Amino acid sequence: MKRTPIYGLLAEFDSPSDLVAAAHKTYAAGYKKIDAYSPFPIEELAEAIGFHHNYVPLVVLIGGILGCAGGYLMQWWIATVSYPVNIGGRPFHSWPAFIVVTFEMTILCAVLAAVFGMLALNGLPMPYHPVFNVPRFAFATKDRFFLIVFSSDPMYNSMATRDFLQSLGPRSISEVPS
Amino acid sequence: MDERTEQMTANRAPVIEPGHTFATVTDKISSIVLTRPTSNGWLIGFGLCFLITMVLLYAIGYLFVRGVGIWGIDIPVGWGFAIVNFVWWIGIGHAGTLISAILLLLRQSWRNSINRFAEAMTLFAVACAGMFPVLHLGRPWLAYWLFPYPNTMNYWPQFRSPLVWDVFAVSTYATTSALFWFVGLIPDLATLRDRSENPWARMIYGILAMGWRGSARHWSRYETAYLLLAGLATPLVLSVHTVVSFDFAIGIVPGWHTTIFPPYFVAGAIYSGFAMVLMLAIPIRKFYGLEDFITARHLENSAKVMLATGLIVAYGYGIEAFMGWYSGNRYDSYLLWNRLHGPYSFFYYMLLSCNIFIPQLLWIRKLRTSPLGLFVISGVILVGMWLERFIIVVVSLQRDFLTSSFGMYYPTRWDWATYIGTIGFFIACMFLFLRVLPAISIFEMRTLLPEAEVRPE
Amino acid sequence: MPEQNGQQHREDICPGKKNKLDLQTVRARVAETKGPEFWRSLEELAGSEEYREMMHREFPKGASEWVDAVSRRGFMKLMGASLAMAGMTACTKQPLEPIVPYVRQPEEVVPGRPLFYATAFTLGGYASPVLVESHLYRPTKIEGNDQHPASLGGTDVFAQASILGMYDPDRSQTISYLDEVRTWGNFLDAIRGPLNSQKAVQGAGLRILTRTISSPTLADQLRSLLKLYPQAKWHVYEPVNRDNVLQGSQMAFGQPVETQYKLENADVILSLDADFLYAGFPGFTRYARDFAKRRDPDAESMSRLYVVESTPSSTGANADHRLPLRAAEIGEFASALGAALGISSSSRTFAAEPARYLQALVRDLQAHRGSSVVIAGDHQPPVVHALAHAMNQALGNVGKTVFYADPVDANPLNQTESLKELIADMRSGKVDMLVVMGGNPAYDAPADFGFADALKNTSIPLRVHLGLYRDETAELCHWHINEAHYLEAWGDARAYDGTVSIVQPLIAPLFNGRSAYELTAVLAGQPEAAGHEIVQGYWKKQHPAADFEMFWRKSLHDGWVASTTFAPKSVAVKATDLPAPTQAAQNAVEINFRRDPSIYDGSFANNGWLQELPKPMSKMTWDNPVLIGPVMAERLQLQSKDMIELELNGKKVTAPVWIQAGHPDNSITVHLGYGRRRAGRAGTGTGFDFYALRYSATPWFTTGVNITKTGGTYPLACTQGYQTMDTQDGNSRPLVRRASLEEYHREPNFAREEEPPAGLTLYPGYDYKKEPNAWGMAIDMNSCVGCNNCIVACQSENNIPIVGKEQVVKGRHMHWLRVDAYYEGDRANPQAYFQPVPCMQCENAPCELVCPVGATTHSTEGLNDMVYNRCVGTRYCSNNCPYKVRRFNFLLFQDWETPELKMMRNPDVTVRSRGVMEKCTYCVQRISQHRIDSERENRAIKDGELQTACQQSCPANAIIFGNINDPNSRVSKLKANPRNYGLLADLNTRPRTTYLAEIRNPNPALEG
Repeated sequence: MKRTPIYGLLAEFDSPSDLVAAAHKTYAAGYKKIDAYSPFPIEELAEAIGFHHNYVPLVVLIGGILGCAGGYLMQWWIATVSYPVNIGGRPFHSWPAFIVVTFEMTILCAVLAAVFGMLALNGLPMPYHPVFNVPRFAFATKDRFFLIVFSSDPMYNSMATRDFLQSLGPRSISEVPS
Repeated sequence: MDERTEQMTANRAPVIEPGHTFATVTDKISSIVLTRPTSNGWLIGFGLCFLITMVLLYAIGYLFVRGVGIWGIDIPVGWGFAIVNFVWWIGIGHAGTLISAILLLLRQSWRNSINRFAEAMTLFAVACAGMFPVLHLGRPWLAYWLFPYPNTMNYWPQFRSPLVWDVFAVSTYATTSALFWFVGLIPDLATLRDRSENPWARMIYGILAMGWRGSARHWSRYETAYLLLAGLATPLVLSVHTVVSFDFAIGIVPGWHTTIFPPYFVAGAIYSGFAMVLMLAIPIRKFYGLEDFITARHLENSAKVMLATGLIVAYGYGIEAFMGWYSGNRYDSYLLWNRLHGPYSFFYYMLLSCNIFIPQLLWIRKLRTSPLGLFVISGVILVGMWLERFIIVVVSLQRDFLTSSFGMYYPTRWDWATYIGTIGFFIACMFLFLRVLPAISIFEMRTLLPEAEVRPE
Repeated sequence: MPEQNGQQHREDICPGKKNKLDLQTVRARVAETKGPEFWRSLEELAGSEEYREMMHREFPKGASEWVDAVSRRGFMKLMGASLAMAGMTACTKQPLEPIVPYVRQPEEVVPGRPLFYATAFTLGGYASPVLVESHLYRPTKIEGNDQHPASLGGTDVFAQASILGMYDPDRSQTISYLDEVRTWGNFLDAIRGPLNSQKAVQGAGLRILTRTISSPTLADQLRSLLKLYPQAKWHVYEPVNRDNVLQGSQMAFGQPVETQYKLENADVILSLDADFLYAGFPGFTRYARDFAKRRDPDAESMSRLYVVESTPSSTGANADHRLPLRAAEIGEFASALGAALGISSSSRTFAAEPARYLQALVRDLQAHRGSSVVIAGDHQPPVVHALAHAMNQALGNVGKTVFYADPVDANPLNQTESLKELIADMRSGKVDMLVVMGGNPAYDAPADFGFADALKNTSIPLRVHLGLYRDETAELCHWHINEAHYLEAWGDARAYDGTVSIVQPLIAPLFNGRSAYELTAVLAGQPEAAGHEIVQGYWKKQHPAADFEMFWRKSLHDGWVASTTFAPKSVAVKATDLPAPTQAAQNAVEINFRRDPSIYDGSFANNGWLQELPKPMSKMTWDNPVLIGPVMAERLQLQSKDMIELELNGKKVTAPVWIQAGHPDNSITVHLGYGRRRAGRAGTGTGFDFYALRYSATPWFTTGVNITKTGGTYPLACTQGYQTMDTQDGNSRPLVRRASLEEYHREPNFAREEEPPAGLTLYPGYDYKKEPNAWGMAIDMNSCVGCNNCIVACQSENNIPIVGKEQVVKGRHMHWLRVDAYYEGDRANPQAYFQPVPCMQCENAPCELVCPVGATTHSTEGLNDMVYNRCVGTRYCSNNCPYKVRRFNFLLFQDWETPELKMMRNPDVTVRSRGVMEKCTYCVQRISQHRIDSERENRAIKDGELQTACQQSCPANAIIFGNINDPNSRVSKLKANPRNYGLLADLNTRPRTTYLAEIRNPNPALEG
C-alpha cells in the first residue's frame, strides 16, 4: 500500500458519550484501522473500536507459574542438592518452611509480568508518536476525547473520510502529519 | 429502618463535592505541582524534616563506626528499637496497599482520592522499615548474605529462617508497591507533561510518562493490568505482615510462640496504617484546599476501618491474655503476670488505653467526621501500635525461661535518634512527593464525575 | 575514635608538634582508662596512628624531659611498652636451661601441636601443681596435674587465671631506681657497698620481708643468708595469713602443726566457718575431689555436711545443714559443741534454732566417731582451732579423717607480730636496708601499723622492692626489681601435703625479670647465680646420688619430687583447759574481713579474668560491695547499691551495699583487695579499700562498726540479677531438680517428670547413631561445689574477651560457661544451688532454625557448631535460645592490639571480632585434635582421653564429657542414671548437655 504523508484524521469530541457513539458509527461504517483517545479509561470504547484480544492475563499467569516453580525448586535444590546441612535436626527437604518464599516469588514474578507485559503490549515507552503533532491533542490528557482513522486503513480517503467524520458532529477535525 | 438508611445515605457526605468538571479537577490537582510557587510553609516543614534526616545519618554513621553496642540491646534482649520500628513502619505501609488494592477490588470508588498518597506513604514507610533489618545486624556490610546469590563457597541462605522469609516478603512488597504506584502515575504524568510550561518539567514528565497518549487499546490493557496488580497485591499485603509475625511466632520465646499472631498483626498493620493515612490526609487537604476531593466521607470511612481493625486487635490481646491463663503453661502465665505487674507494666497499660479504650470514641459519629478529633486519635493509635511491638519484642525477651537470665532493656540516645530520624526521613519524602507529583490520582478522579458515564443514545 | 581519625593524615614527624602524641597525653589517656574501659580504650590508644608513629620514632618525646620526674615515669611506661612491642612481635624463646615436657606429648616441638610441662602455681605459700600447655614456647593454658595427689587434675580460679597474670601488659617491665630505668648491673653496683657495710655490723641493719614461703630452696638460701648476717632479720607478712591456725595448734599441741583432712573417709563433716570448697583454702582441689566422691547418692553411703558460717560461701551452699552465725558466736558455738562432746565447758545457751541444730549435730557426730571431721576456718580465733583439734581427737578422727604434719610454711611465725616488729625497728631507725620480696605491705598491712607511712617517713637509706607490679610499695622504695613470673623463673614449692614441686619456667622472662631466688643470691654475695643452678644446686645437696640427672628429670617431668610428702605426725592435745572464746557483744554490729573470692588479697587486682569473674554467691563482678543480710537491710532501710559509710575506731570507708541472702543478721562482710591505687589499668580504682578498717588485733572480724546511710547509689555489675527459681506469679521452675536422699530412694525418677515423649515431632529425627562419635555432656550437680574454676578455664581455652564493668552492667558479659546460683526458701538462711550452664548442644536446636545465613548448624556428631565467619549478627539465635548461653560481640570487645595478649591466645581457637555471635562449642578444637590423632593411629577415640577445658580442670569432677554412642562411656553411664534430666527438656530441644539432679542428705532430726 502506498504511504501518504498523512498519518490519519483526528476528530475531537466533548464527552465520552459522543466519542463512544462516534467510534461505534465509524467501526460500523467499515473503518477498521481506527483508535480513540480519552483522558480516563472508558470501558465501552475498546469494543467500540473493535479491540477484543487482551493478552495481559495470560502473561501474568505465565509469570506467576514461573515464579512459583522457580522459587520452590531453588529452595529444594539449595537445601538438598547443593549444600545439605543439618539444621536443628530438621530434614533437608523441610517443605513447610519453603512455602513462604515460594509464595512471595510467585507474586513477585506475576507482578513483574503484569507491569512489563502491559507496557510491552502497549508498545511503551514510545517517546514520539504522530498524534502528538496535533496541538489540540494535548487536551487528550485533560478533558477532550479523540477519534482517529489511520491513513493505513484500506477505506481511507482523505476527502470521504473527512466528510464521514464531519457527519459525526465533532468539535473539530485535524489532519495528523506522519 | 428504611427511613434511617435513607437518612444516613442522605446526610452522607459525597466522595467529591459537586460543581467540578474534567477541567477543574485536572487543573486543581495539577496546579499544586505545576503553577503554585513553593510555599514558605513547605520550605520550613521540609527543612525541619531534612535536619532530622541528618540526625538519622549521623546516628547511622556512628553505628557503623562503633557497632550495635551503642544501642540498649543486650543478652537476653537481643532485639530492641530496631525491630520494634521495623514492624511499626511495615505495618504503617500496609494501609496504602490496602486502600489502593483491596478497596479497588471492592469497588470502593471513594478510595480514588486518597489512594495515590496512601501508596506514596506505603513506599516511604517501607523504605524506613527496610533500613532497620540492615542496621540492626552486627555486621551490616554483610547484609547481602541473606540473598541467594551464587558464591564460591557455594553457601546459601537458610530457608527455614523467618528472617529469610522477611527478606523475600519485604523486597517483593517494596517492588510491588513501587510498580503499582508508578503504573497508577503514568496517565497523570502524561497530563503533567501536557500541562507544564517549564520545558525541563515537560521533558522529565515526558520521559516518565513514556509517551502515554490514552489510546483505548492501552487503556484496556492498562485497566486489566491494574486490576491484576490489585489482585496480586491483596494476598501479598496480607502475607507480608503474616511473615513479619512469623519472626516471632516461629520463635519459642513465651509471648512470641502463638498462632494468633498472623491475623492480629495484619489487623494491627491496617489499624496503624489508616491512622497514618489520616494524620497525613487531614493536614494535606487543609493546606492544599483539597476538601472537595478528600471529603468528610473519606475521613469517616477511614475511621470506621480503624474502629473495626482496632476491635480485631483488641480481640488479639484478649486471646493472648486468656491463653496465658488457660494454657496453664508456667512460662506463658508468667509472661502475662510480667506484662501486668513487671517492670514494663506501665507501657502495657498505656498500650491498652491507646489501642483499645481511647479508639472506642470512634463510635461517636461526630468525632468520626471531625478532622481535629481524628487527627488526635490517629496519633494516639500510632503510639499505641508502637508500644504493642515494644511489648511483644522487649517484654517477651526480657524474662523468658531461665530465671537466672532475666534481664532489662534500656534504650540509649542512639536508639531514639535512629527512630526519630526515620520519622523525619519519612515526612521529608512526603514533602518532596507532594511538591513534584499529583497527590491525588487525576484520571481516577475524572471517572468519579457524573459526565464520565457513557449515556447510551 | 573520630578525633583520632581526624588526625591520621597529618604527615610531619617532628616531635612536639600539636598533633603528635606526647607523653602527657598518653599518660592522660592511660590514666583516664579505668579498669572497665581499659580493654577497649587501650586498643584505641595503641590503634591510633600517632601512637604507632611514636613507637617508631627513635625516642619518644619524653626522652627530652629527664628533669621532670613525672614525665620520666611516663617515659618508662612507654619505653617499657615499646620494648615489649619490639620483643613481643619477635618470636619468643624457651628458657636456656633444659625443661622437661610432660608425658602426654612427644618431646620434640611439632608446630601446631602443643607441649605440656608440669610446674606449680603458688598462692599463700601453697603450691598448686599444674600442667601448662605451651604452643611454640608460648604458655597458653593452665591445666591440673592429674598425676599429682594434691591436684588429681583439678585447679582453682587463681591458678587458671595466672596465665593472664604473666602476659599482663601492666606488669613492671624494668628495674628502676627512683623511677628511672636502671640495669641489673646498676643494681648490683649500687647494692655492693651497703652489703659490705652490713657485713661489718653482722647485718644488724638488714631486714628482709617476704610473703609466706614454702620453697625449700629459698628458705635454705634465706637461712644461710641469716648465717652470713647473724643480726639480720627475716620477716614474713601476708595479709591473708594462717596465724590463727598455727596459734591454734600451738595452743592445742604446743607445737606448730598443720591439719590435713581425708574427706573421702568422712561421713559427717562440720565446718566451723571454713570455706574449704573454694580456691584459696590449702588443699582445696583435693578436698573438693574427695568431698564430691562422697556425695554420690547411688553409693551405699553419702556424707553429710554441716556448715556453721559467718558469711555465705560456696561451702555453705553445699551444706546439708547450714547455720548462719556471726563470726564471734561461732566460737561460742564451738565451745558449746565441745562441752556437749565433753572436752570443754560452756555456759552459753543459744536461741531455739542453733540449739536444735547443735543437738542434732552432736548426736550425728557421736554416731560417727572416727568417720567425722571438724574443720575450723582460718579466720576463726586460735581457740576455735584448738577446740576443733580437741573434738577431732575426742571423736577419734585423728588418723582416720584427720592427719597432722609439719607446717608447709618454711618459717612458721606469727606474721602479724613479725610485721609489727619490723615496723618498730623501722621507726626506731634500726633498719639501714629493707628488702621487700614480693608482697605489697604498703597497701595491705593492718591499718594501725601505718606501714606505708613508716616507709615514707623513716629515713631507711636503702629500700629494695621485688615485685611483679610497680605497686603502692614499689612507689615508696628506692630500687624496684621487676620480678619474674612463676612461669618465667625456676623455683620450688610445697603443696598442702608437703610434696615439693619443682617450678620450671615455660618461657624466658618476657621483661628480663628476676626471681626472689636470684635476689637472695645477690644478697648472699653470689650475684651471678641464676635461678636454675640455685634450685638445682639445692636439690643436688638433698639428693647427692649419682643418678641425680634421672632424679631431676623425673621430678621435672612428674611435677613433684618423690618422697617429699610430709609424714603424718602423731600429736596429742595437751591443753585441757582451753580459754573460753570471747563473748560476742550481742547487739553491736559485726564486720567480717574476707579475702575476695575473685582477686584474693588484691594481688590479682589487675587480672581482668578474675575481676570479671562472678563471685560464687553474689555473682558480683568488678567490685566489693558490703554484704549485708536481708533482715538487717530491712531494719536499716537499705537497698542493694545504696551507699553507706562504715566507721570503725575513727577510720571511715564509704561503699555500696549488697543484700546477700543467708548472711547472718547484725553482721556485715567486706572483701579485701579492691580500691588499689597502683594496680594497673584493670585494677586501679575498682571497688573499695577495706584494709583501711582492718586492725592488727582484729584481722578477720570485730564489732563496733557504725553504719550510716549516706544517700546516693552506686552501679554494681551483677551477672545474675534474679537468683531464685520461683517467679513472682507464685510458680516455680524446675531448673535445678533436687530431692532429699530418702525422697530419692523412694522415687528415683523424680527428676524425669515432664520430659516429653521421644518422637513428639512430625519430623523424622536425625540419626546420629551412624557416626562413630556423638558428643554429650553430663553435669553432676551433686559434685559441683560452685568454685568457678570452669568459667576461667573456658575463658582461657577459648580466647574469651572481658568486657569491663559498664558492659557487664548492661548485661553483655561474654562467659561461654556460667554458673547460676539459685536460692530457695527463707532469705535469712536459704538453701543454695549451683548450676553450671554451658551450651546445651540441643539436637533440635532452636537457634539453628532461625539463623538466616546458616551460621550455626549441626555437625554429624551432634555439635551445635558456630561459624563465626558466616555470622552477620542478627542475634535471632540468642533470642531463640531458651538457655541464653549465646554471647554477642556488641562492640569490639576483643583486644586486637596489645602484643602480650596476642601471644597468650590459644592458636587453635578463632579470635572473634565485633558483631559476631559466639558460644560454647564443647571445645571443638580439642575434639578435632583427637579425631585427627585417632584417625592417624586408625583407632577410636578412647573414653576420657578427650576432655573439654571445663571438665579437665574441674576439681570436683562434676563435668563429664564423652561419646554417647558408646554405651560404656562414663557419660553414657551417667545419662542412664535416674537422676539424669535435661534442662527445659519440656521444650523438646533434646539437649546433649544434661544434669544429674541434686540430692541433699539432711539429718532427719533436723527435718521440718
